[in-house]
Amino acid sequence: MVLLYTLFASALSTQTAVDRGVEVVLDDFWGSLMDALADVTGIDVLGFPFMQRAYLAALCIALIGPLVGSFLVHREMAMIGDTLAHSAFAGVAAGLFVNATFAVTVPPLLTALVVAAAAALLVQTLVDYTGAYHDTSLAIVLTGSFAVGSVLVTATDGGIAVGINAYLFGSLATVTRVNAAILLVLSLVVGVCVSVAYRPLIYITFDEVGARAAGISVTRYNQLLAVLTAVVVVAAMQIMGVILVAAMLVVPVAAATSVRGFKRSVAGAVCAGLFSTVTGVTVSYHYDVAAGGTIVLVAIAVYAAVTVGVRARHRLSVRRGTATTRTTTAPDGGSSDE
Amino acid sequence: MAVIEVRDVRFAYADRPVVDGVSLAVEAGEFLGLVGPNGSGKTTLLELMIGLRQPDSGSVSLFGAPAASATHGDRVGYVPQDVANAKNEMPITVREAVRMGRYPQKLVGRFSETDRTAVEEALERVEITDLADRRVGRLSGGQRQRVFIARALAADADLLALDEPTVGVDAESRGAFYDLLNELNEDGMTIVLIEHDIGVVTTHASKIACLNRELFFHGDPETFAETDALGDAYGDAQSILQHNH
Repeated sequence: MVLLYTLFASALSTQTAVDRGVEVVLDDFWGSLMDALADVTGIDVLGFPFMQRAYLAALCIALIGPLVGSFLVHREMAMIGDTLAHSAFAGVAAGLFVNATFAVTVPPLLTALVVAAAAALLVQTLVDYTGAYHDTSLAIVLTGSFAVGSVLVTATDGGIAVGINAYLFGSLATVTRVNAAILLVLSLVVGVCVSVAYRPLIYITFDEVGARAAGISVTRYNQLLAVLTAVVVVAAMQIMGVILVAAMLVVPVAAATSVRGFKRSVAGAVCAGLFSTVTGVTVSYHYDVAAGGTIVLVAIAVYAAVTVGVRARHRLSVRRGTATTRTTTAPDGGSSDE
Repeated sequence: MAVIEVRDVRFAYADRPVVDGVSLAVEAGEFLGLVGPNGSGKTTLLELMIGLRQPDSGSVSLFGAPAASATHGDRVGYVPQDVANAKNEMPITVREAVRMGRYPQKLVGRFSETDRTAVEEALERVEITDLADRRVGRLSGGQRQRVFIARALAADADLLALDEPTVGVDAESRGAFYDLLNELNEDGMTIVLIEHDIGVVTTHASKIACLNRELFFHGDPETFAETDALGDAYGDAQSILQHNH
């Protein structure tokens, strides 16, 4: 994380280079790609720059949410996402507060990132101290940081309360050029971290004691996972909103648990995520409803459809009397040998 | 050479001592059965032996180095308590789980031919190749045990530490499982096993350690049967229980 901050600090000091980089990625690459897509398909929406950024955000969120969420869900740590989202809210409030009070411009997403990462380490310390993912520790951090946020919002003359709404419920319009650039960098960081730490993370998720016996530093990787969760939450918060952001860590993963094989289930969760975010953003634009809520509803619909589908297929194979052969019970990798 | 050397080890949870002045050595190729009543500190002693815990006093060395130094990752195969019963909804396959045996040696980077061969041979050795693409969570208790043994074999472990591995496993699978442990032991694997069924331990292990906070007996199974160590160890537990009433 220190590296990340140094990266950001040095990045901010070389503003022009960053601007150029953002231009290349957002306009030359992504913009042209989407323009071409708009021409080919005849869908005008794909050509609007703010919708292009919204779709970019949708892709990033669908990728990194399930990627990190897969480890959380299978360790029954799903609630940590919600806790860190609320601490990110405190971070946003702190950023807006600083901007309103001291006449400086700090992107609220950056303060959110710092506060959420700190909260992640705090939660992990509490967990190490109490020895379990106690609901109580999580609830204290969750409500405590939301309290800090609400106090900060009302501590100014009320001017920042308007800005905060967008972060609470999410909005397509919050994906400014700066935010899109931050989201891209964060997604890259998450992707690289997970691919480098994939093996220790999967080992710890499957068998934490065994991982310790195998000499893997469980505490360090737990901290990494918590901080990565914070990063995902902050990245996805712009569109999803604080209150719903945790859904992207959980719902697509839940939809893909019937896939056999961990790697494949992660891929499945990303697919479910992609379908949800892209559909959600599109519907949200056309009917002018909240993007976060729409995405979550689509994701839950996918989850429900998959669950019903798997059950139906299983029941069908039982009725045909083929349940005992492994190939036909394969949809969930299941068997009746217990 | 001693694989594990425990010297005058004490360990307490808060102010409740669970291991008190225990000294014993496990030689290479030995099959040690750890027995004792519930709450006698067997699991704690096993965790001390493989470096999952640090002793309050005394020392534990593993392969000649301090046990807690975390440098033995690929030499110790650990089968924790209750894996046979634990409901794991993680969609991981048997092969994915066994591949983890190679992770301590290869935390990043592509698997080499040696890694892949080790995994396939481990699956073969414990006869679960046909289950390789099944989900671990959908296996029976006995099959799941074998997955954990295969993971240790894939790691080329020299020491297998098992904590009551057959709780909740049916009698037939239990027999087969202990036969497998004996085969591995004959091939040179050092084994430390916690088992509540004393009959099973005395049949399969080459050494017995009887524990109830202190070490009551350490020696071969034949001598164990002739001494009063068992009665002493379990009798103690009963009197402690009565005191608590």
